[in-house]
Formats: sequence, structure tokens, C-alpha cells
Amino acid sequence: MSWAWVEVKPNENDLMHPGHLACQGCGATIAARLALKVFGKNAVFVIPASCWSVIDGAWPQHALQIPVFHTAFETAAIAATGIRAALDMKGRHDVHVVAWAGDGGTFDIGLQALSGAAERNENIIYITYDNEAYMNTGIQRSSSTPLGAWTTTTPDERPEDRPKKNMMEILAAHRVPYAATASIAYPDDFIRKLKKATQIKGFRFIHVFSPCPPGWKMASNLSVRVARMAVETKVFPLYEIEDGEVYTITHWPRGLPVEEYFKLQGRFKPVLKDPERLAYVQRYIETQWERLVRLHEASHGYLPEEARATIRSAI
Amino acid sequence: MKLIEKSQYTVLKGNYAVAYGVKLARVEVISAYPITPQTTISEKLADMTATGELKARFITVESEHSAISAVIASSLAGARSFTATASQGLALMHEMLHWATGARAPVVMVNVNRALAPSWNIWTEQTDSLAQRDTGWLQIYNESNQEVLDTTILAFKIAERVYLPTMVVLDAFILSHTSEPVEIYPQELVDEFLPPYEHPNAINFDDPRAIGAFARPDYYMEFRYNIQKAHEEALRVFKEETELFAEMFGRKYDTVEEFMLDDADYVLVLAGSTATTAKYAVAQLRERGEKVGVMRIKLFRPFPVEDVRRVLSGRKKVAVIDRNLSFGHSGIFYMETKAAMYGAKDRPPIFGYVAGLGGRDIRPQDIIDIYEDMKRREEPENIIWKGVRV
Ligand SMILES: Cc1ncc(C[n+]2csc(CCOP(=O)(O)OP(=O)(O)O)c2C)c(N)n1
Ligand code: SF4
Ligand SMILES: [Mg+2]
Repeated sequence: MSWAWVEVKPNENDLMHPGHLACQGCGATIAARLALKVFGKNAVFVIPASCWSVIDGAWPQHALQIPVFHTAFETAAIAATGIRAALDMKGRHDVHVVAWAGDGGTFDIGLQALSGAAERNENIIYITYDNEAYMNTGIQRSSSTPLGAWTTTTPDERPEDRPKKNMMEILAAHRVPYAATASIAYPDDFIRKLKKATQIKGFRFIHVFSPCPPGWKMASNLSVRVARMAVETKVFPLYEIEDGEVYTITHWPRGLPVEEYFKLQGRFKPVLKDPERLAYVQRYIETQWERLVRLHEASHGYLPEEARATIRSAI
Repeated sequence: MKLIEKSQYTVLKGNYAVAYGVKLARVEVISAYPITPQTTISEKLADMTATGELKARFITVESEHSAISAVIASSLAGARSFTATASQGLALMHEMLHWATGARAPVVMVNVNRALAPSWNIWTEQTDSLAQRDTGWLQIYNESNQEVLDTTILAFKIAERVYLPTMVVLDAFILSHTSEPVEIYPQELVDEFLPPYEHPNAINFDDPRAIGAFARPDYYMEFRYNIQKAHEEALRVFKEETELFAEMFGRKYDTVEEFMLDDADYVLVLAGSTATTAKYAVAQLRERGEKVGVMRIKLFRPFPVEDVRRVLSGRKKVAVIDRNLSFGHSGIFYMETKAAMYGAKDRPPIFGYVAGLGGRDIRPQDIIDIYEDMKRREEPENIIWKGVRV
């Protein structure tokens, strides 16, 4: 057996250095790298318990070239709030305080503190990298786990039977100035949203879809493709909500059948084998999408041409 | 005119004494959540920050868990930070109390001692704070409203020298909602005593570190060792700072307070405002010729083992009166006192009394009863109930 050593030199322009501890193909790392390109050095990441508490590295090393503040699982939003308060008192208005949390830390255990911070319109950027389960503890369901998915607590014999919680609607209900979904497969869209977020004051929320090869039972070279398919099948639409009122779909998907997305991943094996269930999931996706399209139309007064093709029946 | 002569004399409830202590300490970030009997602390601080009397951000959070999380974070982002709570609120914070210590966040928290539910009970009992014994917080108990104000200021000084979170504890209602004369010191003098807050490991954009990063077994234990060393250091720092405080403000505190102990054969040990009742009872007993005194424990963590040994060694008998209980064992000051005395020379028998749970009155006569009961008894017991109907 022979070893091949590759010396990896950090890219000068990258604030995320090699040597982090994520799995190959980890969507959450791609998301962070992209985000840091926008934030630059004047940001602090607040990281609650999650894969990311490991990814950045074990003490005394860490991969990010910005300050990182680790905090308890349910406290990302409030720790970021505390840091913001201190930095404001010190006159450091030039820096971004970014909560960087998993779906579990956002949709579930951290929802209370998140709601508090959102409702008070704290001047922080909250980013949830969504891998649709508790990955750090070994792939257990979260309220972000989608309909039909396998996890270790929703085994093949009893796959997830509830739809993914709609976090964006929850944030919209808080009337926060900015909330957006994003995907690592659409870096331009993600970066545009990040930039927009940095130019707004108050509570900003970005929900970034971040595939997890081990958790989704897929090869590590598929992360970007799977993320793209999630968007193109309307499973994970890209849109933004301003002031909780104005909905804008930022990418009009091709509207591929959900199977195209499911079949790339082992976690949907049970649904794929169950035509009735698959049809149910497809129907659910359509209804959600149509609802979103209506909100977009209501916000803008018209629909672009490409919207028509994505809807089953005329609205 | 000396600065101290510019003090204002007023009458304050314990909770307002806290608020004035916080103001004099020039706290920069405050976060708290309402709970009786703490609420009036946050209300007063909300007022002070709203009017600009105190230049601080007040974060009106949605829970105590968030209150403590906010101030841990703000403390490590370089701002002097404060929270206050009681009972259920403190219990809810538990996870973050460990966090504060591990993160070396020198936040100061006031806990107003209140009994835990069920049954719902808002009156005083020490079990809430004592149950947080092993979280690594310094804990300082108080007997009067002046002491509450003084200790709030002292707490920041001590916490920020050893980078450990510090809990200032006062009794529900008996202190929190009872008015007493209080001296409010001039700001300049407090500024001389308490310099602006700095943390060497605070978030720094020019030196981007990971704060609270995970540590494998090859590093974790050293962090814990350092915390223990900081606690040992805190004992020395407590002595130094209370000395300095006495010089500057004219009030002397110590880890334990000794009352009528010079020639005492018998000692009553307790903490908090019940000490005032005990002193009153002891003064009466002294008139009857009884050789009895009081040792009031002020500093609970770090536990002042040497001082406790110095005071209690060679006495005939000791009674510890606990307004708290560790179910399945005994009162908590009792077990701590006993543990400290194990291995001391001339160790007296120590009797454990549990009284006043859930705010049941402890009157001077109860103290006298306890004293007489102890004198009569041959063998010490872990729990001798006082004032319970069985
Ligand atoms: C209070 C508390 N409960 C449970 C845990 C254990 N825990 C650590 S990370 C985690 C799951 C995190 O899931 P998510 O937020 O989705 O992030 P991911 O690991 O998927 O990146 C759990 C359950 C914890 N650290 N703290
Ligand atoms: S388990 Fe998934 S989310 Fe966690 S590091 Fe690996 S790929 Fe990333
Ligand atoms: Mg997750």
C-alpha cells in the first residue's frame, strides 16, 4: 500500500482553510465557504451544537479565518444577539454577527430563541444550513426531515410521515425584513441573497439547502447535483420574503418529477417502492409550489412567462 | 471632602439595591426574564437603561435560558454583562451555567432565593442556588440590602479577575422586597475600585479564534484543571478585594462572618438573612449566660475550608441551620461544613437542622429551640427537622 500526499495550500481569497473536519461532499461546508466570500473578515460565526461544531476543527485549531463563537444547541440566535449587543456598545457597527446553525438547531430546539430574536428584529444574520436531519448525532429526524425520508429514527419500515416544517412561513409571520431560501447548487443566487442581507438592517434569515452524503445515503460527488434537483423538482424552491409580505421566486424551476430527485438518494428508497406514497408526495409538492406561486403573484401583480410552465393547471 | 462623603443615603428594597449596584458597576449588557421575586430588578434596570441613567443594552428575551445565553455571549464579546433570576428561572438556565464557567465568562447574576415547584411557592429557600453548586459559579450569600449592593459591585471585580461567573444571592421578600437603609456610593469611587472590563480572549476580529471549540480528551482535562485553579485563586482574590473594599467604602466582608464567637462553646452556622434572626436570638441567649455565637457563611463557592476550620475547631458543638435540602441526604450547608471539618483538628460534633423551607418563618424562638435541642443531644444527626408538622 502506498500513500499519496497532497499538499493543500489555503487559497488567499478563501476564509475557510483546508483541514476542516467535514465529510467529503458536505454541503454545509460549501455553504459556509460561499457565505464567507460575501462577509469577508468582518464577521463572527455563532455556531450551536451541530456538525459545524466539529467541522471548524478541534481546539487549538480551526479552519475559519474569522472569529467563531461556539454555543449551546438551542442558543444560536440569542448568543448572536448578545454578541451584537456587546459590539454595538463598543461601537463596532461595521461587523456582521452571523448565527450559523443546522436545521435541528433552528427548526426544533432553537426555535424559541430564534422566534424571540426575530420578533425583536435583532440586527443579526441567521443562516440555517439545512441537511434535513440531526446529522451530528447520527442522522435522526428533525422537523425539517421531508415527507417520505428515511432517518435512523424514521426507519424504512416507518419513514417520515409528516411534511417538512415551513420555516420561511414562520419567519414571515415574524415580519422580519428579509428571509430567503438558497442552495449550494445556485451560488450566484445564494451570493446575491447574502449580499442583499448584508445591506439590510434588522433580522435577516437565510435558509440554505445543504446536502449531506452520509445522511442522505448518496455518493459524495452528488451533493451539488442533488441540490440542483431539489430545486428543479420544486422540492426546495428558491425565493425570498421581504418584510414578511413580499414574496419573490428567484429561480423558476423546470418542474421535473420528484422521482428524479429521490432516486439519487438512498434515503427515499421506501417511497420510491411505494407508488401511492410517491404520488402523494408529488401532490404535496405541487400544492406547496402553487401556493408559493400565488404569493409571488400577489406580491408582484403578475407572473413571468416561465412561471406558467411550472404549474399543473392554470391558476 | 473625601469622595466617600459624597455618598447618598436612602432606603431601598433589596432588588433596587441590586439595580443600583449594577448601575454603579457600569454594566453594558443586561438580559433578564420576569420571575417573582426577581422581577423588580429587571424593571428597575429597564427604567435605568430607558432613561439613559445607565448606558446599557437591555435585551428583553423570551426565557431565562436565553437571558443567560445572551450575557455569556456579550461578556465574551467584551461587554460587562448582567442577568438576574430566581428558582424556576435558575433551574432553566442550568445548562448555560456550566457553559458560562467553561467559556470563562465573568458574568454576574443575582439569584433571589425562591422555593422550587411544585407546589408553586414564591417564598424564600436556598435550594435553587445550592442545587447549582457544581456548575463552577462563585456563589456569595447576603444578609442585608447594603451587603447586596456592595456584593454586586464586588462580584464584578472578583469575577473579572479570575474569569469565572459569579452569583450574588439574596432571600426572597425578606431582602428582595423589604426596605432598609442603604448607602449609595459616588460613581467616581466605584470607578476607582472597578476598572473597565476587559477579557483577554474576547472576540477579536484581528486575531480570529474559535471560542468554546470542541476539545478532545488530550486537552479537555487541562481546561477543567484551570477552572479549579481559578476557583482557588478566587478565594485569595475574594480576601484581597474585600480588604480593598473595606478601605475604600468602609464596610468589611469576609468569607465567613463571625458573631459573638470569641469565647463561644456552641456555634450556629447559617447563610443569608436568617443570620440576622440568629444574631438576635444569640444576643438573648448571651444575656442568659449561654456561650453561643453565629458563623454566617458568605462565600459558598469557592468554599472557604480554612476559615470554616479556623472558626469551628475546638468548639463543643455546632448546629448548621439549612433553609434548603438535598433530598436523600441533608441540608447542603451542613454537608459542606461537615466535609470541610473532616480532617480538621479538634473537630466538634455537627448537628444538621432543616428549617424554613418554602418561606416558612424562622423566628428567634426557633433559633433558641434549635440551640437548646443541640445542647441536649448526644449524637449528631444529619437531619433534625425544625417547624415541620408530622
Ligand atoms: C441540549 C442538547 N441536546 C442534544 C444535543 C445533542 N446534539 C448535538 S448536535 C445535534 C443535532 C444537530 O442537528 P442539526 O442542528 O440539524 O445540525 P447537523 O448536525 O445536522 O449539522 C444533537 C441532537 C446537544 N448538544 N444539546
Ligand atoms: S455528516 Fe453530513 S453535514 Fe455532517 S459533516 Fe458529514 S456531510 Fe457534512
Ligand atoms: Mg441537520
